[in-house]
Amino acid sequence: MIEGLLIGLQTAFSLQNLLMVIGGCLIGTFIGMLPGLGPMSIIAIMIPVAISMGDPSAALILLAGVYYGAIFGGSTSSILLNAPGVAGTVASSFDGYPMARQGKAGKALTIAAIASFMGGTIGAILLMVFAPALSSVALLFHSAEYFALMVVGLSAIAAFAGSGQVAKALMMTVLGLIMATVGEGALFNLPRFTMGIMDLQSGFGFITLAMAMFALPEALFLVLKPREMRDSGEGEIKDLRINAQEAKAIAPVIGRQSLQGFFIGVLPGAGATIASFLGYAVERNIAPREEQEQFGKGSIKGLAAPETANNAACTGSFVPLLTLGIPGSGTTAILLGALIALNVTPGPRLMLDEPQIFWAVIMSMFIGNLVLLILNLPLIPYIAKVLSIPRNYLIPFILFFTMMGAYIGQNNATELLLLVGFGVCATALKFANYPLAPLLIGFILGGMMEDNFARSMQLYDGIAFIWERPMTLALLVIAAILIVLPSFRAHRARKRSMEVADGD
Amino acid sequence: MALDRWIALVLLGICLAYGYAAWFTMDDNLAPFMRRNPIWPSTFPKILSVLGIIAASVILLGLEKSEDTKDAEIDYRRLGEYKTGQAVLLLVLMVAYALCLRPVGFLLSTTVFLIAGSFMLGERKWHVMIPVAVIATASVWYLVQEVLGIYMRPLPGFIGG
Repeated sequence: MIEGLLIGLQTAFSLQNLLMVIGGCLIGTFIGMLPGLGPMSIIAIMIPVAISMGDPSAALILLAGVYYGAIFGGSTSSILLNAPGVAGTVASSFDGYPMARQGKAGKALTIAAIASFMGGTIGAILLMVFAPALSSVALLFHSAEYFALMVVGLSAIAAFAGSGQVAKALMMTVLGLIMATVGEGALFNLPRFTMGIMDLQSGFGFITLAMAMFALPEALFLVLKPREMRDSGEGEIKDLRINAQEAKAIAPVIGRQSLQGFFIGVLPGAGATIASFLGYAVERNIAPREEQEQFGKGSIKGLAAPETANNAACTGSFVPLLTLGIPGSGTTAILLGALIALNVTPGPRLMLDEPQIFWAVIMSMFIGNLVLLILNLPLIPYIAKVLSIPRNYLIPFILFFTMMGAYIGQNNATELLLLVGFGVCATALKFANYPLAPLLIGFILGGMMEDNFARSMQLYDGIAFIWERPMTLALLVIAAILIVLPSFRAHRARKRSMEVADGD
Repeated sequence: MALDRWIALVLLGICLAYGYAAWFTMDDNLAPFMRRNPIWPSTFPKILSVLGIIAASVILLGLEKSEDTKDAEIDYRRLGEYKTGQAVLLLVLMVAYALCLRPVGFLLSTTVFLIAGSFMLGERKWHVMIPVAVIATASVWYLVQEVLGIYMRPLPGFIGG
């Protein structure tokens, strides 16, 4: 591991890569602060830039920097305006905004920055320990297990979708997989489902789809329902210091939530959002009674908990991406797409074939967290000015950058029409409460899943691999359980409540 | 019937059409030697179509009971109260931009897009709108063309851009 660390340090501390981290964090903070633009949209917008750099380490470092920056920026707007830019920072506004109302905005931002820093750093240490171990296990996997593993990953995403949402999440996943089969597959060299349209020959562009699924609906929602921008009190942000007593109060919270957030982040489908809400709930429940009263009214613990948890979860979500090549969240799915475009295949081989990429990303996580702490914190009062950009200018620019992202990648105007079309569909789906991340994850995994499936079919001359390889069978059984379990539990709970009602 | 079930109906239609193509029409022009392969190009789509039809039917028939989620930040039942007109106009503008980008050139179409976008949202300060749009267009074009090295036709075709 020491050797790997040194390789990572060497790569990450080149001037170019340091600039990438700093630039990425700043851009991420800047845009992440804007309400309505989450990390997924920002990363999708940054992908053409990252891809055209050509160096996978630098590109991944830039995108990772943007990712942390966006989460940090999102918490800034949650605290100052009660307008979270990112779902993962909604819980931060519960206590952060009351603190800002009490004139303690500076203190709240400092706590958020320190909690984020600690969460991210502890997460990166855990990633350093767990990822190599997991990837050495993953090296034993064959294509049959890979196929099964992807099935498990996709089922888990559906299973964690929440009650009443499993079928919808599953539907979206299948739709994503279906969309991935459009175009010419590498396996057969036959155009499929193109309906004779030349532009579909190479399939749907993944950036186009990412933009259409995330950036465009968010922008349209901003148009449809303008969020009232509330004043951040006096607008002055001062008194950034916290005292020793407060530091002592939040230290155990940070320790617990780093661990909890990281492991929630590792699970596919349960990302920063779930981690932050769960972190908030857990800390409130274990706090002493008099402190419990404070939650929701500006408790520093209530702010530190979700902030730590969401950053640790972001780091945790890199574990399945880097070791198995399976993204667990929309954001990591977009990162996976970018990596594939750069000719890097994430997975267990990554650590053997290109260790410098893996370790450089880990080192850049430390540097990125440090940059956020020491560079962004003093700059926050100035960066927060971005919140005063009027939406009349903001929205056309968001739409323009969305289209540029799709256009630059393909240099094809048809892509823009597809973008608008899919964007409208995605908005309709969002209205009807369909989750959109599973669609993109399905789309990105679709090609790989079919390749692995086809390889196993060819090796075993049929579907015999399912029962001839015990590990594959076990994984597929787990997948089936994951899908059936939520509805079974809901059914039982309903039945029990009905029995109680009847008994009365 | 709620919107999510209407959408499920549409998705069911898509899955049925997809399934029809996968099960009945795709294999017709498969080369004979490929028929000996255990996996055909249509194998995976066949599985997907079945899964898709099942999932769409579950939503459509409402088999999975869900608690009504009231906390959604936007509600389609109140669409009339939102600025739907602006959203539709902006979408039309995006389509127009897509169609104009090649023939009219990047610089002109982008400037017009940014100005028209702000105008549609109700901005009337021309002395701010125009400089902002022109500067933004020029700097994005410079970044894409010079820094990233991606060619984009800057001027209308007939000027020879």
